[in-house]
Amino acid sequence: MAIDSRVVARVAHLARLQVDDGESEALSERLNDILGMVDQLQQADVGEVEPLAHPLEVSQPLRDDQVDEPDVRDKVLPLAPASEDGCFLVPRVIE
Amino acid sequence: MHDKTLTELKAGLQAKDFSARELTEHFLDRIEARDGELNSFITVTREQALRQADAADQAIAAGDHRLLTGLPIAHKDIFCTEGVRTSCGSRMLDNFVAPYTATVVENMAREGAIMLGKTNMDEFAMGSSNETSFYGPVRNPWDTERVPGGSSGGAAACLAARLAPAATGTDTGGSIRQPAALNGVTGLKPTYGRVSRWGMIAFASSLDQAGPLGLSAADCALMLQAMAGHDAKDSTCLNEPVDDYLGGLDQGLDGLRIGVPEEFFPDNLDGAIADNAREALRELEKQGAKLVKVSLPSIKLSVPAYYVIAPAEASSNLSRFDGVRFGYRCEAPKDLEDLYKRSRSEGFGAEVKRRILVGTYALSAGYYDAYYKRAQKVRRLIRDDFARAFKEVDVLMGPTSPETAFKLGAKADDPVNMYMADVFTIAVNLAGLPALSMPSGFIDGLPAGTQVIGNYFQEGRVLNVAHRYQLATDWHLRIPGAFQ
Repeated sequence: MAIDSRVVARVAHLARLQVDDGESEALSERLNDILGMVDQLQQADVGEVEPLAHPLEVSQPLRDDQVDEPDVRDKVLPLAPASEDGCFLVPRVIE
Repeated sequence: MHDKTLTELKAGLQAKDFSARELTEHFLDRIEARDGELNSFITVTREQALRQADAADQAIAAGDHRLLTGLPIAHKDIFCTEGVRTSCGSRMLDNFVAPYTATVVENMAREGAIMLGKTNMDEFAMGSSNETSFYGPVRNPWDTERVPGGSSGGAAACLAARLAPAATGTDTGGSIRQPAALNGVTGLKPTYGRVSRWGMIAFASSLDQAGPLGLSAADCALMLQAMAGHDAKDSTCLNEPVDDYLGGLDQGLDGLRIGVPEEFFPDNLDGAIADNAREALRELEKQGAKLVKVSLPSIKLSVPAYYVIAPAEASSNLSRFDGVRFGYRCEAPKDLEDLYKRSRSEGFGAEVKRRILVGTYALSAGYYDAYYKRAQKVRRLIRDDFARAFKEVDVLMGPTSPETAFKLGAKADDPVNMYMADVFTIAVNLAGLPALSMPSGFIDGLPAGTQVIGNYFQEGRVLNVAHRYQLATDWHLRIPGAFQ
């Protein structure tokens, strides 16, 4: 399936990236190169093979259900580009 | 001092031939004098390093010798270091001073290591040439017109130029082993889950693994001994006992079965690269190892499988960079969506954006089964190939990289060609196995590396094979002419 500027725009929106008209065509070409290579996967005979997400197939360990995270608000909030009253600040969302 | 291995420097500190402060100052001075030619460091932490060195000298005076006491180490700028900028090679994190320290860095500091600074890398570890860094490319000390490989290019280059005696790296598809090969140093990617990923900025979480780069297998063993171990803060970090890597180094190779996968010597492989790896195999045969032909038929699909799985995981991991909580934010956003989109588009470089788009596409409605699920099925076939091979052999070997260091810019704007730089390393990450690259000679004056792959948790075996090889050869001790 070939990627064109329209697909790039749709996927870029899903990824919250901005793609300018000037770069869209070159980007489509590169993405088609990559997906062309990736399409070799279609040759594989995967039949009933189960997908593998973790190489060692171990299960997720559980810890005791008790709070052990310290309150780090004062350490973390100064890293924010903008904050107010102990909260992260973003442009107005509700008019 | 800079021509010595970490193991030799450790002995020198113990014998009080020099102090930790003298040693640290020597490397800091070398970085200051010479790194302008390489750009291997993003941040040098001189004051902190000297404070750590003084503390190490006090510990040594009190007879407190730990694994890494007084030894200077360069950390890849992907590991969070409290109070020190942690950029991951990206404009996105150019202003990010980490509020906590990665477990790897903390484990090494607890054993007495001194941090020299943070090394340059491909942006978010996405690259095989170190050209995608926001801080500019790193140059290869063997020929500064050439790339050092990537993504741990700064780590491998500073080590080869003897600007640091040891370095940490991370390896998602070859990012420790390929730069190690291109710079003539030794680098080990441990078993997935052997080393904690906590505080290591995530690229592809089911593939990422931290490991050591050193001048020798013995140096890597020393570092891994300090790095490895269970960490409750990383739920994928395995609770398995850590072997005695240093204790097993000298073991003889008589009867060792080395599998030689035919897929690592394809017909189109550069003859000089193939000959170089075969020469290394012959040396090990002389020491009593037996070569066994094996086949890993599915690994020909490892690059395409990787370039679905890694971007898919990256597109998810990198969604946290939204311009709200930390990192880069665009100027004067007109609304929240504009804030997200422009912060991300201005903060990420071209390769990172390409991979986010590929990953988002592969995970999007209608394509998930054809790409992501299929890639995960192929991943199982690849892992099963290795499992079959390891029933017959102890280690697998072949060239680390299909080429020596290429010229800066040679693969710019040709991502697929760049991705092939990792054709021999990527399958190992998909399977989660440990693997090491060791220097095995030179081709036209440029270093070549040979890869040794072990079964799960067989880091000790892999280090042992490389150490025995290095006892019989001196490729790993060669220093680039300009950096003697």
